[in-house]
Amino acid sequence: MEQMRKERIDRGLKVRTEGLYAISSYREILYLMGPRLLLIVGVLALPFIFELAPYWKRVINIMFVYALLALSFDFLANYVGLVCLGGAFLTGVGGYFSAIYNVYLSFPTYLAIPCATITGAAFCTLCLIPCLPLRGVYFAIVTLMYPLLFTRIIEALDILGGTNGITGVDGFANQYVEHYIIILVVIGFLFAMRRFVNQDIGLVLRGVKDNDQSVRASGIDVTRMKILAVFVASLIGCFGGAYMAHLYMWAGISLFALDFSIIPIASVVIGGGGTLVGALIGSFILVPLSEILRAFGTFRIVIYCIILTGFIVFKSEGLMIFMQRKYHQFERWVKV
Amino acid sequence: MHIIIYGIINSITLSLISLGFTLVYSISRVPNFAHGALYILSGYLVWLFINKFAGFPYPFAIIAAIGLTAVVGALIYRFILIRIRGMEISEIIATYAIGLAILEGLRWGGLRGGTFTLPTFMAGSVNLFDVSVDYQRLIIVGVGILTFVSLYVFTRYTKIGLALRGIAQDERAAMMLGINSDMTAIVSLAIGSALSGFAAVLLLPLGNIVVETGYNVLIFAIAVCVIGGLGSWGGTIVASFVIGFAQILTEAFISTHYQMVVALLAIIVTLLVKPSGIFGKQKELEERV
Amino acid sequence: MSEEPILSVKGISKSFGGLKALMDVSFDVQRGEVFGIIGPNGSGKTTIINCITGFISTLAGQVYFKGKEITGWKPHKIADAGIARTFQIMRPYYSLPAYKNLIIPLWSPRARKTGGWRGGGKHGDRDTVAVDILEEIGFERDSRVPYKLSSTLPTGYQKRLELARCMALRPEIIFCDEVFSGLSMSEIAGMLPLIEKMRDEGITLIMVEHRLRELFRVATRVMALNFGEKITEGEPSFVIEDKRVREAYLGTEEV
Repeated sequence: MEQMRKERIDRGLKVRTEGLYAISSYREILYLMGPRLLLIVGVLALPFIFELAPYWKRVINIMFVYALLALSFDFLANYVGLVCLGGAFLTGVGGYFSAIYNVYLSFPTYLAIPCATITGAAFCTLCLIPCLPLRGVYFAIVTLMYPLLFTRIIEALDILGGTNGITGVDGFANQYVEHYIIILVVIGFLFAMRRFVNQDIGLVLRGVKDNDQSVRASGIDVTRMKILAVFVASLIGCFGGAYMAHLYMWAGISLFALDFSIIPIASVVIGGGGTLVGALIGSFILVPLSEILRAFGTFRIVIYCIILTGFIVFKSEGLMIFMQRKYHQFERWVKV
Repeated sequence: MHIIIYGIINSITLSLISLGFTLVYSISRVPNFAHGALYILSGYLVWLFINKFAGFPYPFAIIAAIGLTAVVGALIYRFILIRIRGMEISEIIATYAIGLAILEGLRWGGLRGGTFTLPTFMAGSVNLFDVSVDYQRLIIVGVGILTFVSLYVFTRYTKIGLALRGIAQDERAAMMLGINSDMTAIVSLAIGSALSGFAAVLLLPLGNIVVETGYNVLIFAIAVCVIGGLGSWGGTIVASFVIGFAQILTEAFISTHYQMVVALLAIIVTLLVKPSGIFGKQKELEERV
Repeated sequence: MSEEPILSVKGISKSFGGLKALMDVSFDVQRGEVFGIIGPNGSGKTTIINCITGFISTLAGQVYFKGKEITGWKPHKIADAGIARTFQIMRPYYSLPAYKNLIIPLWSPRARKTGGWRGGGKHGDRDTVAVDILEEIGFERDSRVPYKLSSTLPTGYQKRLELARCMALRPEIIFCDEVFSGLSMSEIAGMLPLIEKMRDEGITLIMVEHRLRELFRVATRVMALNFGEKITEGEPSFVIEDKRVREAYLGTEEV
């Protein structure tokens, strides 16, 4: 029997440029910009596409919130090496802060959200600082505990509205504001993060992931870098939470729900860790799926987990890297 | 007196819960986030055997359930973890996902409300120093201590136990001596799962089998392990006494709701003061950044 | 040579559990020296580096750098003060190309303070400086080597990369943890001029080494350790004649 082997050849432009763009024709511009434009335009057009299906328009917002959380998870896990099992912590904190500002201090919506994002992120970072000087599983452990802990505290002390939550949070002016605030923020964060991780400071963070000892030997305080990274990731997550509080006009303990922890992780794994865009794509797949499966109740989580485990074990590169490879390379079978 | 007796009971309970987690972590370095799920699974299996297969005697149901849980643990390693061994991020995510899948699957399958209970081993209670303690709790204490002793003997004097300890100390050296590291990891996961099942069987008769317990068990197990020093057995037992008494004290003087707060505060204080835990080994180069 | 030693170690001790890894070791290093630390396996050579550079805590003893006590400082602070080190087990930043590895030290507060990251010129950026440093350390500029993923580099280049990482900090002292081990004779021959060049630039080198023959060609002074204790210290020719050193170490490997 003849042995065959898959051969991969880079497309012309990819070979010549290696990340530095030296474009000579419209075709090449299109080749490079096409996928990006498709993403941006597609995402911006979503509210119009779903004009006819009002139910699904609601889903769009949630989908982008999850995309934000996934972005934050991807950044922490694949660029800094910290696994955050508690995305719900970020949303919860962000949501509650925004509700507090809005209801108790009567800040207007568009001031409450940014304030909540920043103070919430600072609060999250402060809570997570104790485990940052350490390596290994501590970060995962502590982030796993916080959402549960805060739920309990709020229930037990009956503060911040207790189990009823804080009601009467101001909503957004109209549907299009709702959509475009989150869409623009997601796109903004996506490209900002892409820049950030490729800046020198981003390289330092990647160095922390690869070999923290060596970073310390280079005279950089690793703990401070991690604090910075956690703050950035918390900013993203807290914005999602704050936005949701205003979207539902309510902040309650369901902001600490398990879904906010597990779906972003699953999205990143499916979409492809370390690509950032993959996080978006993953949540575009998973969140609608989860809406379809709404009738199944908690069984949805089982499905995510199975998909997640399957991807980790069998296709750990994720969809995005797979697609990139298909886009940039020819593949053919050759005889050995 | 009440505080002392219930403190001891609570501490032994905690250490039973966390032994499985420690064992797996110390031997195979896998943080088994599915621990709580295996606990509930095993309790549920016992219930299933008793109630759905009529005439299944209680002791057999227990043994079968623990055995099955062990098999599940081994299968998790054999088919999933073995492929992502050493990739820490994937290990954490995968075990967490498996745990969630089991727990939420059970919840979906109807495991909610107060209908799922296991009978106690012995009904009734006894007065110890004017404190009423039911027999089940006494059994827990007795069996718990017995478990510690037998585990100690097992790891020091049996061949498998020694192999497990060898792997725990230095994986590569042990491999050179002909110890199959994957095999021992499977065994460790099986034993760890069996231990969590064992704890479930002992402890669940005191309450209902509910999914939330699974999360609590995981959290308390982790809390105990972090405070005692991840992977340290002596530390686990000492730490469970620390947390056990702390909890009983808060319950007596403040409020029941703060149990979890106590556990998390204890973790944070530990991380700030002595990150390697009470009995953590000297691992400055590896653990502290 | 100035009177005050650039690095002065006084009575450093360290134990791991019951094992005494270092017992009351003291030595001084003058500016511009190439100071060798030798000893058989497990004699505490790497431990001494880890202790001085702050990666592990010490039980007793003090370390002075330019007359200032740095005992118990955090590793990044020590590096920031000007003491760089290589690691015996090389772990470059796998996900980065070789020259990007140097961005990290070039980004550090020390490099920014000294302006080292601009590489002399006003408008340089870290990338060009990184490639310059790599070229200095023996990566051919015009080849693709500096741009290769660091995990794919051969051992010799990885060792050089470690040194380059130190150089990017523009340190006053470099601790070299077994830079020669695992290299072929020709690779070592390529390394030696590098060491000499660094010495000529005024960097004090402290080399922990297994390969004595090569070390003795560059070292000005050598200290011998055995079971965590200092046996002797002096000129290479003097140390090599020491009976205890031979017994501990050389008797089995050289002669």
